[in-house]
Amino acid sequence: MPNRRDYTNGLPDPLALREEILKKYPAKIAKKRSKGFVINDPDMEQEIMANVRTIPGIITQRGCTYAGCKGVVLGPTRDIINLVHGPIGCSFYAWLTRRNQTRVPEGGDNFITYCFSTDMQDENIVFGGEAKLKDAVREAFEIFKPKAIGIFSTCPVGLIGDDVHSVAREMKAELGINIFGFSCEGYRGVSQSAGHHIANNGVFKHVVGLNDRERVGKFQVNLLGEYNIGGDAFEIEKLFEEAGITLLSTFSGNSTIKSMEYSHTADLNMVMCHRSINYIAEMMEEKYGIPWVKVSFVGAESTCKSLRKIADYFGDSELKAKVEEIIAREMAKVEKVKSSIKPRVEGKLAMMFVGGSRAHHYQDLFGELGIRTVSAGYEFAHRDDYEGRKVIPTIKIDADTRNIEELSVTKDEAHFRPDLVEKKAELQRLGYEFKDYGGMMPEMLKNSLVIDDVNHWETEKLIEFYKPDVFCAGIKEKYVVQKAGVPLKQLHSYDYGGPYTAFDGAINFYVEMERMLATNIWKMIDAPWKNESELVGSMTIEHY
Amino acid sequence: MLLKHTTKEVRERTALTVNPAKTCQPVGAMYAALGVHGCLPHSHGSQGCCSYHRSALTRHYKEPVMAATSSFTEGSSVFGGQANLLQAIETIFAVYEPEIIAVHSTCLSETIGDDLNQIVNKAKDEGKVPAGRYVIQASTPSYVGSHVTGYANMLEGFVKYFAEKTDEKIRQINLLSGWVEPSDMRELKRIMKMMKVKSVLLPDTSDVLDTPMTGKFEMYPKGGTTISEMVSMGDSMQTLGLGEWATQKAAIMLDNQCKVPFDIIDIPVGLKATDRFIQALAKAGRVSIPESITEERGRLLDVITDMHQYLYGKRVAIYGDPDNIIPMIEFMVDMDMKPVYIVSGTPGKHFEKRMEEILSVRVPEAKYKNGPQADMFLIHQWIKEEPVDLLIGNTYGKYIARDENIPFVRMGFPIIDRVGHSYFPTIGYQGGLRIVEKLLSAIMDKQDASCIEEKFELVM
Repeated sequence: MPNRRDYTNGLPDPLALREEILKKYPAKIAKKRSKGFVINDPDMEQEIMANVRTIPGIITQRGCTYAGCKGVVLGPTRDIINLVHGPIGCSFYAWLTRRNQTRVPEGGDNFITYCFSTDMQDENIVFGGEAKLKDAVREAFEIFKPKAIGIFSTCPVGLIGDDVHSVAREMKAELGINIFGFSCEGYRGVSQSAGHHIANNGVFKHVVGLNDRERVGKFQVNLLGEYNIGGDAFEIEKLFEEAGITLLSTFSGNSTIKSMEYSHTADLNMVMCHRSINYIAEMMEEKYGIPWVKVSFVGAESTCKSLRKIADYFGDSELKAKVEEIIAREMAKVEKVKSSIKPRVEGKLAMMFVGGSRAHHYQDLFGELGIRTVSAGYEFAHRDDYEGRKVIPTIKIDADTRNIEELSVTKDEAHFRPDLVEKKAELQRLGYEFKDYGGMMPEMLKNSLVIDDVNHWETEKLIEFYKPDVFCAGIKEKYVVQKAGVPLKQLHSYDYGGPYTAFDGAINFYVEMERMLATNIWKMIDAPWKNESELVGSMTIEHY
Repeated sequence: MLLKHTTKEVRERTALTVNPAKTCQPVGAMYAALGVHGCLPHSHGSQGCCSYHRSALTRHYKEPVMAATSSFTEGSSVFGGQANLLQAIETIFAVYEPEIIAVHSTCLSETIGDDLNQIVNKAKDEGKVPAGRYVIQASTPSYVGSHVTGYANMLEGFVKYFAEKTDEKIRQINLLSGWVEPSDMRELKRIMKMMKVKSVLLPDTSDVLDTPMTGKFEMYPKGGTTISEMVSMGDSMQTLGLGEWATQKAAIMLDNQCKVPFDIIDIPVGLKATDRFIQALAKAGRVSIPESITEERGRLLDVITDMHQYLYGKRVAIYGDPDNIIPMIEFMVDMDMKPVYIVSGTPGKHFEKRMEEILSVRVPEAKYKNGPQADMFLIHQWIKEEPVDLLIGNTYGKYIARDENIPFVRMGFPIIDRVGHSYFPTIGYQGGLRIVEKLLSAIMDKQDASCIEEKFELVM
C-alpha cells in the first residue's frame, strides 16, 4: 500500500500531475481532456467541460443510453414488465445487477427478478423486428398479466427502423393495458445521461397524471432520483412515515407504476439525484405547479438539513416538532458511533469518481468522519452538477443533446396548483430556496482536482500521485484500484452492503469505513521473505 | 417468492425470451481475447456494450478486466464507425500500449455494415499501427449465436491472423480450449506436463484473470498465449479442440490455412470425457499415459463408488453452455443420476443429437431444449411440474433454488455471488473430484438441514 502524503497544510497544487497525465495523449486528445480538469478554487467561478463525447479508444467508466433509461430509471419499478427489444445481451446485463431492492406487498406484482427480451436474430435485423415485438408483447401479457409494459429500444432497433412507439400504441389498444416505448438506443447521447432524460420524458408522458387520487395525507410528497440501491429508499421511507409525511411515489426505488400515476397530486417534489431526474421535477412544476427542492439523505447532517427543509416548506409546527424530535433522537445514536470511529479514520484521504450525484453526496458522509476528498468527478454529469444550476443558461447545446427530445409542457389547468405557486413565492421572499442545486465544485477543497469522465490512465496516475486511503468508483474499477493496494468502495452497488442513507445508513457507512480503513490486511501484501536476503539452496530438488 | 409469476403451465412462446440461458457474442470475444498475452480487447460499438461486458466479466472473476470501446454516437451510427475505430486504434496504442488490439464487432456496427477488415487495413495504411503491434478482428454480431460463438469467432480471428505454416513441423499440438475458467486452463497445462506433451494452449486466461495481489496493477499480466506461440500453431502436428461450439471454427481455420489436422472432443468434464481427452492427447502426442494419471482417475472413481448411494437416482435440472453441460450431463448419467431437465440458450443442431445419445436409454424421461426460448423460465416451469433434487447452473439459478428449496450447485457463466471457480478446476479427474464433492455437499447439506431429527446422521 502506498505511503500516505501529509496534507495537513492543505492540498498540493496538482498542476504537474495534470500535465503529466495529458502528456501521454495525442495532442488533440490532450487538448480536449484538459478542459475536463479543474484545479478547484471554491472562491472562483470555474468552468468544467462535461457531458461531451468520450474519446474512442479511451477506457471509460461510462455506459450507454439504454443503461440509463432501462437500467437506472425504469429498472427499480416492480409492477411493470420491462421488455427489451433487441439482441439478448442488453436485457441480460441489466438483469438484477443494480441491486434495486423492493418490498412487494401480499399479492403485488414484482417483475424485477425477471429478464424479458425479444432476443432479436439476424432475420429480425434483415426483415424488421416489429412483428416479433408484437408477439412478444402479447405473450408477456398472456403469461404474466401485467398492469403495464415498457418497451426499450437497443442499438439496432433504431437503425432498422422498427417503430416501438407505434407498436406500443397498437398493443395498448389491443390489450387494454398501459404500454409505452422508449427510443433509448445505446448510441444516443454521450452516456447514460441521455437515457435518464429519455426515461423521464416517457414516464412523464405516459404515466404521470393518469390517476387523480383523493388526498391521503396532510403533507404529500414525491421523492425523485432515489433508486433504493441496497435499501436506501427504505431508510428514507421509515423517516417520512414517522414524521407523518406521506410519500406518494418514489422515482423509482421501491416503486410501482401505479404510484407514479398519482404522483401529480403531491405538494412537493424532492430531488435526490439531480442529474437523472431533474427533468421530471421541472416538467411537473410546469404542468402542475408542484415546486421542487434539492435534498440529500446521504450523510446524517444532510439528512437533518433535508428533513428540516421539508418541514419548513409545509411550515406546520407539529411537523417541525416531530422532525426535531426524530433528529435529536437519531443524531444521538449517530454521534455515539461516529465518536468511536472518527478517531481511527480522521485525516484519511478519499477520491470518488462515480455517477451524476453520488460523487458529491458521498463527500458529505466522508466529511462527517473527517475524511477529506482530494479528487472527485462524475461519470455522466453535466456542468450544472459541478458548477451549480446557475450555469444552465450558459451551457451550449450540442448536437448530441439536441438528439434528445425536449418535451414541450403546458399548464394542466384542471390539475394545476396555484396554491403551491403562491406558497413558493411566499417562501422565496423569506429566503427559502427552490431548485437550489449549487453543484459539487463550490463545496470541494482548494486545490482538489475535479475530473469529468475520468478514465483508466488518469485513475492510475491519480493513485500514484495522491496515494489515497480509499477510492470510490464502480465494479469495473474495483479490482484495478485494489490491485494497486488501495481499497475501493463501490458507490453504485455499495459492494453489496448498505443502506447508506439517512441516520442508520450513515452509521452503516461509518462502520464500513472503519472496516475498510482500519484493517491490517493491506499491510500484508509483501511476503515476509521479500525483505530478507536470498539464500542459495543446497537441497534444491533439481528435476521436479 | 422471488419468481412469483412463474407457474407450471407451459405456454408455447415464439417471440418472448424470459430469463435467458445465454448472453450475446461480444462478451465471449472479450473473454477469449483476455487469454492472449499483451492483448487489449476492443468493442466496436456503443460504449454500453463494453461497459456491460467488462462488468459481467469483472463480477465473475473479481479481477481487473480491461477493454476499450469505439464509443459510437448517433453520428457514427449514421455515417459509419470508421472514424471512431481509426481514432480508437491511434489512442489505444498511444495511451495503453498493447501488443495486440483484438477488435470485435457488435450488433450496432454489424447492422450499419462496418467492414472491420477494411478499417483495420486503413489504419495500417495510415501508419496508426506501430511496428511490431497488431490489430486483429472478429465479427460478433449480438443477434447471432451466443456468448459461446463469440468466443469461437475470436479464437478463429487469432489463429487466422497469427498462425503461420513454414516448412518445418514442430513436435507440439495445438490445444484450443473451450470456454472454461483460468483454473481449468491451469489444470490443462498441468495435465499436458504430466503427459509430457508439448503444446500451445489458446486461449489461456490463467495468470490473467487469477492474478496475485502484489500492490501493483499490471495492465497486461504475465499470462496469456503469446504471439510467437500463436504463430507456431501453424506448424503443429495436430489440433485438439475442446468443445465443438467454442473451438471448431478455429480448428477448421488452422486446417484450411496451415494444414494442421484436427480432432474436436468434449471439454474434459467428468470421467468419460476426461478419458477421451487423455486418450486423444496420448494419440496426438504419441506418448504413453503415465501411471500418475491413471491414479488420479482411480481416486475419482473411488470417491464415486464410496458415495454412490447419495447420487443414485437424483433428479437434476441443469442449464448452461453446450460445450460445458454435455460432458457434465454424461458424467451425471455415469454416476446414475438423472438429468431430467436441460436447457441451453445457445443454438446448434448438434445439441439435440448429443442429448439423445447420452439420455435416451438411461434417462428416457429427460426433457431438453436449446436455442430460441430455451430459457430459465422454461426450466423453472418444468421444475414446478415435477420437482428435482438438484439444480446446476450459473448464479441466476439461485432465485429458482430458493423458491423451490432445491440444493444448488453453481457451474457456468456468470458466477457472481461465490468465489472458487477461477481457482479450483472442474476439468480432468481432479476437477471431477471437485464436482463430485460439490454435488454431494449440496445434496447432503439439504438432508442435514431438513431431515427429521431422529433420522439425523453423524456418519454419512
